[in-house]
Amino acid sequence: MTEKTVLNAVHRAHGARMVDFGGWDMPINYGSQIEEHHAVRRDAGMFDVSHMTVIDLHGPRTREFLRHLLANSVDKLKVVGKALYSCMLNEQGGVIDDLIVYFFDDSHYRLVVNAATRAKDLAWIEKQAVAFGVDVRERPDFAMIAVQGPNARAKVLALLHEGDRPRIEKLGKFAASAAQGPHGMPLFVARTGYTGEDGFEIIVPAVDAVKLWEALAAAGVRPAGLGARDTLRLEAGMNLYGQDMDETVSPWEANLGWTIALDEGRDFIGRSALEQQKADGVKRVMVGLVLDEKGVLRHGQKVLTAAGEGEILSGSFAPTLEKAVAFARVPAGELGAVRVDIRGREVPVRVVKYPFVRDGKPCEGI
Amino acid sequence: MSEIPGDLKFLKSHEWARVEDDGLVRVGISDHAQSQLGDLVYVELPEIGASVQAGQGAAVLESVKAASDIYSPVSGEVVEVNEMLSDKPETINEDAYGEGWIFVVRMSDRAELNELLDADAYAELIENEDH
Repeated sequence: MTEKTVLNAVHRAHGARMVDFGGWDMPINYGSQIEEHHAVRRDAGMFDVSHMTVIDLHGPRTREFLRHLLANSVDKLKVVGKALYSCMLNEQGGVIDDLIVYFFDDSHYRLVVNAATRAKDLAWIEKQAVAFGVDVRERPDFAMIAVQGPNARAKVLALLHEGDRPRIEKLGKFAASAAQGPHGMPLFVARTGYTGEDGFEIIVPAVDAVKLWEALAAAGVRPAGLGARDTLRLEAGMNLYGQDMDETVSPWEANLGWTIALDEGRDFIGRSALEQQKADGVKRVMVGLVLDEKGVLRHGQKVLTAAGEGEILSGSFAPTLEKAVAFARVPAGELGAVRVDIRGREVPVRVVKYPFVRDGKPCEGI
Repeated sequence: MSEIPGDLKFLKSHEWARVEDDGLVRVGISDHAQSQLGDLVYVELPEIGASVQAGQGAAVLESVKAASDIYSPVSGEVVEVNEMLSDKPETINEDAYGEGWIFVVRMSDRAELNELLDADAYAELIENEDH
């Protein structure tokens, strides 16, 4: 049984091509994925991300619970409304999911986790929460719309209640606050995203989502599908769960070392495995690849290096760069001249530091 | 969905063939196929002079989403390729039945044309695919 977001009929009315994504019937594009990609890089686009799972955590020991559950440290969240990106690991240090946690108050936090991992995430979180007496509540009564691009914030701000505008305009990156939207609808506005552009992710009551979408469209925000979302996040150097990491991969091997907080005395799930891996030396690393020739790098292609074989994780034509880029997992060590096997042809590629694109422009060396 | 030109014949795998006045066969993909593939970003054309077999791979189209083999509807020799696609692969998205043609074959066996679907049969095929 395929699930539908509350915006499903709106997508279809806009001529979206729909696909199954993690059990959800979602728009892949509304005509041209590349035009939607450029709209986000150059102006403002919006994505229906209501398939993602919102989970509220309540209880006096919620912070203590999250210090145990997450590899990043919620102790970094000092101000109400601040958000943190983190992995949630198993005992072996493998990634169960990546998520964003929002700080409401000491006894209330909110998690936003991936759609495709919803059931296993909920089961894991509920199991771990018992010992802390934390109440785990999924919020299917919410929808979520990501508005992204250099003009995204201005277009959203214009739709908010006047009294809320100055506060939302001043929101720092990775911070969130409540605001009133069109017709007085209650919004939760976060300055986060998955595109490498500025913008907001807005949590809205499901009953108000269509009205918000239409107001954004009327303000000139272009609907964009999951296809554009994928090329935008790849260019921005952001991992996709299930493709770039999963339960057999540790954050060290997925270039997510920056999200691991080995703070003194915090015993989070997976910590000892991560420390062991680090002491033994991490065997596989994730690198960025650029193909200067014609052709497209794709998931599953074999990567040939002096240190041994690896494989492409996320790979695609990158519309901003007009060439193909990819993430690959390869053996640690001297890589030498790296080639990718594209349908039996060995094609030379460049190993680069990513992100590939930031704030609309190619990064240096790409 | 644009009209399917009545003079075309189709493979089930969505390639079209148009027999031209000089007896050569021009080959492309259907408008339905281009919309399924999404934005095209790269076309691997056959070489002029290459021999192709009916129902076998002759070119490769890469969209943002995926790579797809393009089968030749008829056997024969490739006599012309659409070089413009190297710089503007999106021409196929814009005009699949016209400017977005891919290659031209001098066919070796006219009887192979009888194996192809006519426009009505192809329209019915994609109609059923959509439901």
